[in-house]
Amino acid sequence: MIETQALGKRYGDLVAVDGISFKVEPGQVLGFLGPNGAGKSTTMKMIAGFLSPTSGSARVCGFDVETQSLEARRVVGYLPEGAPSYGEMSVRQFLGFIADARSVPANARARRLDDAIGRLNLEGVLEQPIETLSKGFKRRVGLAQAILHDPKVLILDEPTDGLDPNQKHEVRSLINAMARDKTIIVSTHVLEEVHAVCNRAIVIARGRVLADATPAELESRSRYHQAVSVTAADPKAAREALARVADVAAIEVDAQDGRITAFPKPGRSIFAAINEVFRERNIVVREMALEGGRLDEVFRTITQGKSATEANP
Amino acid sequence: MSMISTVFRRELRSYFATPVAYVFIVIFLVLSSAFTFYLGNFYERGQADLLPFFSFLPWLYLFLVPAVSMRLWSEERKSGTIELLLTLPITMWQAVMGKFLAAWAFIGIALTLTFPLWITVNVLGDPDNGVILASYVGALLMAGAFLAIGSCISAATRNQVVAFILTVVACFVLVMAGFPLVLDGFRSWAPQGLVDAIAGLSFLTHFASISKGVIDLRDLLYFVLMIGFWLYASAIVIDLKKAD
Repeated sequence: MIETQALGKRYGDLVAVDGISFKVEPGQVLGFLGPNGAGKSTTMKMIAGFLSPTSGSARVCGFDVETQSLEARRVVGYLPEGAPSYGEMSVRQFLGFIADARSVPANARARRLDDAIGRLNLEGVLEQPIETLSKGFKRRVGLAQAILHDPKVLILDEPTDGLDPNQKHEVRSLINAMARDKTIIVSTHVLEEVHAVCNRAIVIARGRVLADATPAELESRSRYHQAVSVTAADPKAAREALARVADVAAIEVDAQDGRITAFPKPGRSIFAAINEVFRERNIVVREMALEGGRLDEVFRTITQGKSATEANP
Repeated sequence: MSMISTVFRRELRSYFATPVAYVFIVIFLVLSSAFTFYLGNFYERGQADLLPFFSFLPWLYLFLVPAVSMRLWSEERKSGTIELLLTLPITMWQAVMGKFLAAWAFIGIALTLTFPLWITVNVLGDPDNGVILASYVGALLMAGAFLAIGSCISAATRNQVVAFILTVVACFVLVMAGFPLVLDGFRSWAPQGLVDAIAGLSFLTHFASISKGVIDLRDLLYFVLMIGFWLYASAIVIDLKKAD
């Protein structure tokens, strides 16, 4: 469990984190979203016990990160941004060092090492110096280090940054597999990741929490939520037909591919009605889709200072 | 204690994982022998002792020890591993001690490898081995003090070259603290008590008295306090600077 209360960090006059409060329970995977420099990493560094907060507090599994720092650090697995590791050590030596530093008991040591090595497919590179490994492998070594002691809490700062699509998929599967009994915070600016791994998302900008919701709730803030987009053989007729539907609030046409998007009035559903009108008028539709909402649009509107619903026409 | 040894072992092993350790040891041995035999007139003196070796040692340390200490913390900061190290369940003190002791042990290994000199004087004559042992102890303590200063300076910058140069300067001032070069800068304005205190900080004075074969408690205390003070300062500097 992770709990922060008005957690803040300032460097002189610069406020990096400005009173962030949230609580994450076991089984939750919390996605930290936000533009670069929003305070995501600083917040994670404070929870992981690297930086001390200048105001507020954070508790990990009930341990205060400042006054019970060692106890808190013991239950946390942390992947710092960029996955730093000692380049001159081999993967085996490095993980051995982490096992010692984490006081993994001797009878569990081999099992824990095998488990972390197996989960991240590091068997083939165990004897190689880490500095000779590819970026993807380095990242996986960093992840192996974080999960080595089977921590209750995982804090992963951009775990998939710099990985290829296959590796991203593997890391996401890994996070999903561990999510059941752990408390996990993942920071990212890849929005598709939020869908793939998180069941909750916090949007941070300028050191403040601007949104705290499930990915689906965030999407529903998009003006594209429940919108219907259509590619028709006769765009003009289709447009006229859409204008007849009572709950359609606005219609936009993509100048490039001629795709028409109809936006519903708030809280209304227009898909069935549109379907009906098209059938009545015999309008041939090549493609018709119900939009769930666009996270990138929600992200932009939230972090640029307006809320998504206010931005709706 | 076990955490100190975990950090210590990782650190010491990393010296030997790169060519740094071997280059350092070879250069140290070559230079110390060259100083002893050529500049120190080892044979011509006709005396069976290691004084030529030990009297040049502080000057050799001045350039070689900062080369070891410069990477202690600045490399951790530059590569970001400091974030990894300090979020492990290790206290700051354990991390500082572990790394310092590894560097110290490394210098100790280099110093031990000068044993052929000791064998040579024993073959050639009948030296006072007690004095030689005391000198080695003094040499090790002085290396520790150099390293502790270097540790603190290395913690203050992520640039190893800057750490090296500043450490050389700081150590030079401390080595020369008992000599007019440093003292004249203070004599004109500082009270005599302060000038005496600064003169008392000289590495050379304390090292010289140990290498005469007399291990005085005051000299021991001087080096131990010196090491303790600078390591404590290291911990504070790391804490202050780790955010940037």
